[in-house]
Parts: sequence; C-alpha cells; structure tokens
Amino acid sequence: MTEVVLHTENLCKNYAGLAANTNVNLQLIKGEIHALIGPNGAGKSTAIAQLSGELSPSSGSVYFNGAEVTDKPVFDRATMGISRSFQVTSVFDEMTVLENLALAVQAHQGHSYFFWAAINKNRKLNQQACELASQFGLEQHQKLLAGALAHGEKRQLEVAMTLAGNPQVLLLDEPMAGIGPGGSKELTQLLDGLRGRYSILLVEHDMDAVFALADRISVLVYGEIIATGTVDEIRNNEKVQQAYLGHSEN
Amino acid sequence: MIVLILLPFVAEAVDESYVISSMTRIMIFAMAAVSLDLIVGYGAMVSFGHAAFVGLGAYVAAILSFHINDGSAVFNFPFSFDGSNNLFLILIVAIFVAAIVAALTGLISLRTHGIHFIMITLAFAQMLYYLFISLDTYGGEDGLLMPGRNQVPFIDTADDFTFYYLCLLILVVYIFLSRRLVNSQFGRVIRGCKLNEKRMQSLGFNTYWYRLTAYIIAATGAAVAGVLLANKTEFVDPGLFSWHLSGELLVMVILGGLGSIYGAVIGAFVYLLLEQVLSAYTEHWMFFLGPFLILVVIYARHGIYGVLQNKVLSND
Repeated sequence: MTEVVLHTENLCKNYAGLAANTNVNLQLIKGEIHALIGPNGAGKSTAIAQLSGELSPSSGSVYFNGAEVTDKPVFDRATMGISRSFQVTSVFDEMTVLENLALAVQAHQGHSYFFWAAINKNRKLNQQACELASQFGLEQHQKLLAGALAHGEKRQLEVAMTLAGNPQVLLLDEPMAGIGPGGSKELTQLLDGLRGRYSILLVEHDMDAVFALADRISVLVYGEIIATGTVDEIRNNEKVQQAYLGHSEN
Repeated sequence: MIVLILLPFVAEAVDESYVISSMTRIMIFAMAAVSLDLIVGYGAMVSFGHAAFVGLGAYVAAILSFHINDGSAVFNFPFSFDGSNNLFLILIVAIFVAAIVAALTGLISLRTHGIHFIMITLAFAQMLYYLFISLDTYGGEDGLLMPGRNQVPFIDTADDFTFYYLCLLILVVYIFLSRRLVNSQFGRVIRGCKLNEKRMQSLGFNTYWYRLTAYIIAATGAAVAGVLLANKTEFVDPGLFSWHLSGELLVMVILGGLGSIYGAVIGAFVYLLLEQVLSAYTEHWMFFLGPFLILVVIYARHGIYGVLQNKVLSND
C-alpha cells in the first residue's frame, strides 16, 4: 500500500483571467522522487508555490498527510515539514555558510525570541549546521560568506538549507539551474543519496537528471497535467512526445 | 570613551561648560540613533516616524512632572495617578507607553514594506504631532515647560556635570544591550528578514511578529532618549514628533553606517558636531553638510564606521 504524503485536488490558479494551473491533481508518494516537468511557462513554479503556501489557489485544495493545509501560511507549512528551495538562489549572501545553515536549523527549534545569549556560541545549532555542511561538501567553506561562494556551491547550500529540521517533503525548484554538467552530476548524486528519506517533488529542466532520479514523472503543459507515470511510461506516452519531448528532440 | 569620561573635567577647567551641555545632547541623540538603527540597519524597516517615540518619551517626562507640580491627577480611572518626579518610574512609564503605541501602529504599518512603510510611519508620527498640538492642557503648540529635572535618589540631576554622567552611563548600558540583541538568536532572525524575508518565511519563520517585536524594542529605546532629552532641556514641544527630527535621526544612522551600533553612535556625533561647528560660521550650514552626506553615501556604502573598519583591516 502506497502512502500519499502530499496531494492536491483540482488545484487552479488564475492570474487576471490567465489560467496558470487548471485542475492539477498531483500525488506525492512517501519516499519517492517525483519529477514535475514541462515547457517554460507551463505553470511548474506556480504549482510549487501553491504547495509551499506562497500562493493561495484560486480554487482547489492541498493536503498534507491527509489533512487540508490550503489555508496554512508558508511558515506554518515549513515547520510542519514541507520545505522548499528556490529556482533563483535565495541564500543570505551577507551571512556565512554556517550562519545560513544555522538559521535554517533555528527555524525548526521552536520560537527565536531569545534576546540575550550570543547566537554564534550556540553549540547545538552550530553542530547541526556543521553536519548539514559536511553532507553537502561545504565544510571547508563554513566560514565563508555565502555571497563569496561559486554558483554551484551556492546551489548546494540552497538545497542543504531545505534539509534543516528533517522535513518530510522537499519541493526543489530547478536545483540544477545554471550549474553546468559537472555540478549537475554531483548534485544528482547528492539527491540520489536522499532517496527514501524524504519525499521529493523535483521541478527540473535537466532531462538527464530527471531520468536518472525520478521514480515517477508528471508532465505539465499549459497548466494542466497531461500524464503521470514511470520514466518509461512517460517516454512512450504519445501526448507527452507531441507536447514536450518531441519538440526538444526535433 | 575615555575622551567622553574626561571631557567634563577639561571643559570645566577651561570654563567652557556649554560643551558639557552640548555633549549631553549629542549622547542622547546617539541613543535615539542606535534605536533607529536597530530597525533600519538590522531589519530594513526604514521608519520615517521614529521621532514620534522620542516625543512620546519626552512628553511622558514632562506631563508626569507637570502633574506632580500642579497637584492634579494624570488620570483617576481605573486608579488614581498623580504623576511622578522619579526618573526611574518615568522611564518605565515612557517605555510602556512607547511599546503600546509601537505595537498598535506597528500592527498596521508592518503589513507594508519599502516606500509604503516609510509613508505610513510618517503618517502616524504626524498624527501624534497634531494630537499634541491640540492638547491645550499641555501647552499645545507652545510646548510645556518642566518644573525641573526628574529626580534620581542620591544624585543631583539638576547639576549638568552629574546629568552628563548619568546620560553617558545610560548610553553605554544601552549600547551594550543593543549589541547583545543584534548578536542574539532574535538578532539573527531580524537580519535574515532584512536580507530575504521570503526565504525566512519558507524556512519557517513567521516574520511579521519578529519584525513587530523589533519595532517595539526600537521604540522603547527612542522613548528613553526622549525622557533624557526632556530632562536636559527641561522643555518639550510638539516639534519633537515632527518628521524633521525623524529625518535627522535617519541621516545620523546613514552617515555613521547602517547596521552597526557603533556606526549609529559615530553618525550622531559627527552630524551634531558638524552642525555646531558649521552653524557657528553660517546660518546655511545645511548647504555644506548636504554635499558631505552625498559624498559619504556615494563613496562609503557602509558609512563612516565602514571606512574606519576598512582602515583597521588593511593595517593588519
């Protein structure tokens, strides 16, 4: 019996009459890596933003572990265990790598209304941040300002921050964006290592990474999911070939 | 620091006691600038109404001592309060009043960002400005003269020499507390909200309440400065609420360097000293200070403190 962690029911999002998402029914099964692919402007980022809570849907609902979370704000969903990364790198450039990670850890340890104790001497926080850093090969850069990292390393930090506080669901919005083939291979391996521990929804344009990682794939075209299935099913799906893969191969 | 401790003796020796008075004033403004820097520099909440809290603190001091002098009660419900002349009690009341006003105005204004936040904080401050102009009991537009300085047990606050050290002590304590604050867990959250609020929310922080808390904390600091300012001049008027003062405080913070406590202190000293020196030569001192400010903003992004810091680093 498969267990669904996150799912949507007829999710619709309209921007001033333009339908960005129409009746999106998505199911994220526990432990799977589920890729969401589609041409530019298909509404992938809109879908992620509704799952994470940054956008509220025009209609339809979002469920997390069976409970409706449609009206929960983004920070509540984050502490419940839905964590996301951004397509445009959103790390804190003026903080060190360690501070970035510690801040992510801090978010999951109750409130932060502590006004007195020095944060950089908080051992528990720093230790957990260190663990995340070494998991992503950033340990030698801990003291570096995040803004001084190379682009690929920044992308790794971006993903590393989503893992703080042991979330159940990772929503990764184009983690490979702009890091080149070498970096993308490395990150693919890292994400492969996360398989089973987290349920991952992966939005990605890098097809090599998608085919290497995905247990299942959903294809979004013009705001609608036209197919969901295993890698082979999607490769052989006529509608998908026509709408999406066909174009890129021709 | 040592200069500040020794200064009154030197001033006394050369019989230039006005120096003590003007340095006291500068230290009080330094405190207000530090409190503003807590939200502008660390939290990116550019408030154009920070003077309102300085004004509130000042009026708390003036009104409470007005009533104790007058013999009338400040209010009779739910309990009777006759005012006070005790500086500590007045500071507590001022902090309390500023916190409540900051909470109420912050609840609304912090729903906005950027230019809208600037406008709405300005609007609230102007509302208070006109409110106090309309309070005829407390002098209205003419302001309110205090019967004398508020008292502290065992020391004579009426003596400028003593009052100078009292202000210096409070400033030092305030700087210490502010540095603890910005380096605390809460301080890092506020910095995060400044750098990327969207990311903070996606990490799981309810940024609105953190920002509101910071806003309230900053307001209480300004109120303490206000109490001291009223005590220094022994006079308050609605001008304390005006956007001129808010603007001056912002200039001090930007001049010294946004996002550093010492920067705000330096900014206040430099700005007010320049004002004094230049205004001795010309009435149009702003004409010369303006270009200086523009140069600092263009060539020293982190203000005067940033320049000093770079000097120290490059000497190492």
